[in-house]
Amino acid sequence: MSEQLIMGNEAIALGAIKAGVKMVCGYPGTPSTEVLETIAKNNKGNIHVEWSVNEKAALEVGAGAAYAGARTLVTMKQVGLNVAADPLMSLNYVGIKGGMVILVADDPGPISSQTEQDTRHFAQFAKMMVFDPSSPKEAYLMIQDAFEYSEKYGEPVFMRPTTRICHGYQTVEISGEAEDRPVEGFVKDSEKWVIFPKMSYANHIKLEKKLTEIAEDFSTYRFNTVSGSGTKGIITGGVSYEYVKEAVGERQDIKIFKAATANPFPEKLALEFLEGLDSVLAVEELDPVLEREITYVCGKYGKSVKVYGKLTGNTVNAGENTADKVSESIAEFLGEEKPAVSGASDDIEAPVLPERPPVLCPGCPHRASFYAVKKAMEGKKTRYCGDIGCYTLGNAAPLDMVDTCLCMGAGLTMAQGFAHAEEDVYSFGFIGDSTFFASGMTGVVNAVYNQANITIVLLDNSTTAMTGHQPHPGTGKTMMGDIVRCVDPETVLRGMGVRTVVKADPLDLENSIEIIKKIAEEKGVKAVIFKSPCIAVTKPAQREVINENLCINCRKCIKELGCPAIVLRDGKVFIEKSMCFGCGICETVCPVNAISKEGGDRK
Amino acid sequence: MNMNYLLCGVGGQGTVLAAKVLAAAAIAKGEEVKTTETIGMAQRGGPVTSYVRTGKDIHSPIIPLGKADVIIGFEPGEAVRNIKYLKKGGTVVVSSKSVMPVTAALTNSSYSGHEMVDYLKKAAENIIIVDGERICAECGSDKVLNVVLLGAAIKSGALGITPEETLDALLKRLPEKLHELNKKAFELGMRG
Repeated sequence: MSEQLIMGNEAIALGAIKAGVKMVCGYPGTPSTEVLETIAKNNKGNIHVEWSVNEKAALEVGAGAAYAGARTLVTMKQVGLNVAADPLMSLNYVGIKGGMVILVADDPGPISSQTEQDTRHFAQFAKMMVFDPSSPKEAYLMIQDAFEYSEKYGEPVFMRPTTRICHGYQTVEISGEAEDRPVEGFVKDSEKWVIFPKMSYANHIKLEKKLTEIAEDFSTYRFNTVSGSGTKGIITGGVSYEYVKEAVGERQDIKIFKAATANPFPEKLALEFLEGLDSVLAVEELDPVLEREITYVCGKYGKSVKVYGKLTGNTVNAGENTADKVSESIAEFLGEEKPAVSGASDDIEAPVLPERPPVLCPGCPHRASFYAVKKAMEGKKTRYCGDIGCYTLGNAAPLDMVDTCLCMGAGLTMAQGFAHAEEDVYSFGFIGDSTFFASGMTGVVNAVYNQANITIVLLDNSTTAMTGHQPHPGTGKTMMGDIVRCVDPETVLRGMGVRTVVKADPLDLENSIEIIKKIAEEKGVKAVIFKSPCIAVTKPAQREVINENLCINCRKCIKELGCPAIVLRDGKVFIEKSMCFGCGICETVCPVNAISKEGGDRK
Repeated sequence: MNMNYLLCGVGGQGTVLAAKVLAAAAIAKGEEVKTTETIGMAQRGGPVTSYVRTGKDIHSPIIPLGKADVIIGFEPGEAVRNIKYLKKGGTVVVSSKSVMPVTAALTNSSYSGHEMVDYLKKAAENIIIVDGERICAECGSDKVLNVVLLGAAIKSGALGITPEETLDALLKRLPEKLHELNKKAFELGMRG
């Protein structure tokens, strides 16, 4: 046994290994990514670990393994679950054999997601169990429970941590050896494993019955607890429970219901909690799931208890909770004075702070790609459809090269919509290499088949950069440590019927601009692959310096590129040494050749 | 002992490692620890805040407002951004060198670290201003700012951790070839 300071995602991973997981698959997505990475790092070779091409593939790979009897973990972020929704919504009816946990990380804020989607709704929608840990310590144990419950009821289950659990560190006691669970093997039975309407009808009835049983079972589940006493109660779950504890401290005159399983809701325990209460405050992040459940229980059993929360405007209905927001809401609920914040700076007005919006890194090849397209298309009517990845940051000034961003893979397909609806525009779809494999390829076939006039710009930086540099089919590396044959995007594009596919190094700006100028005029579907590695997976080139004698301080480099390494110092343009990566595009942009390699010639 | 440390700076400055060192030093003393970070979407150059909470009965992973015993600011503007977390009588340890945001150059706005440092002097009761740029130059590396600041913070006595405990936790996390450099940075940081 040992106490270690570990991240929530690591705790979940180590818990899964302890539970004898044999199959782990997923798609990277903040804040879920480190779960799969930690399992890969601690894999003794008896676990199959893979980054699947997308969440749907991961869930289906996982389903196969779970049908065979392997304990299976599938990981993704909340919006990834939408991609996996198709298999999920049938898998619940069919059930599984080996324990199957679908780990979906929610992102209140949102800090790095498109939306504040709440996976607890998905659990209700899919009629599935959901486990909601309140700390890394609890998450380590809860994932082991989740496998047990999954096998006990023959159903896949959700584990739904949020960002503060996933990325928070805590001292956790890691104990014992991994359970040895040999895979029993698949037993053929078409009436069980092949979904048909007749079987679904029967299984729907069974599933509803199971949910009632599980709700009963959950009323005594170890992490669903009721504490304290009095006439005022708080229902909470996840990290919000910790905020409530922070606010309430040692007080025992408030009843607290920690509901770790929002679905099926532990009704019996809820009734115990409601006993003697006149009002309840629901403290949770994202949607008012617990609030609606407790309101429902009050109505069902004729309890005269007033319920406060998001629906009554007593707690915030968007964004993250904090200890401070929660303690304010609780004080208001109890009719007590709001806790004073005794910060240091109460009386003095602070100066205006510098803004630090997210920008492309210095040396990022995406900057060059966007700039090349921008220059090539100057004065033309264009539509620039972006996608999910670092390159979404191409929307920022001064590049301003992302007109739309919707979801994974939408760039290539939305570009087709623009091209069909507005015949006089040059329509571009930008997509990264990992996103291309995840959900871009079907869009390309769609464009070829339906004769869209679009230019595909594949930004190939040889990694999945935004989520922390995971390998993908184009990199030739797997999470099992194998080196495999790369899936080459150019071959894929040609195989799908794209006749014009041009490859270029975006850092060679002049050439890239010429290529775009030419290709954009072609009819039909054509593609440019801008290939240059992410700066995080390559070494810097010789840095750039400005020759002060030549610089006319026109600031074209700053105004056109927006590179964080090019700054103003005492009113003059200056390249910050520690930040420059030596990509050299500022050399090309400079109208008076004042920028060159340090101690060398122009590139 | 319940302590709350807040470390803040700009992506790439090494705040996360410094937070890990403080956490490890506290664990070595038998304390329970919770830490977390708020990191923006930016890969590099965005604001980064690390929260380290040690002791019994710690709940929220993020320090509540007005509860930080110490703020270690790797950049003066970022220290100002987080000053609301400082408790009355708390200590600020801050590097005086500002990091320009890309927007400052684009909009030609003037962002001055001096203004931030002046404000911090008024807002915090105890403040230690570290000439991080000079000390890093003395060490011959711009990568050791985090260790320099740790040295200065430990010297203040406000952390409740000794230099030995910190250095021990630090060196355990670094490859041996970096030990000499980091020891020097730590010592120069303590000297101020």
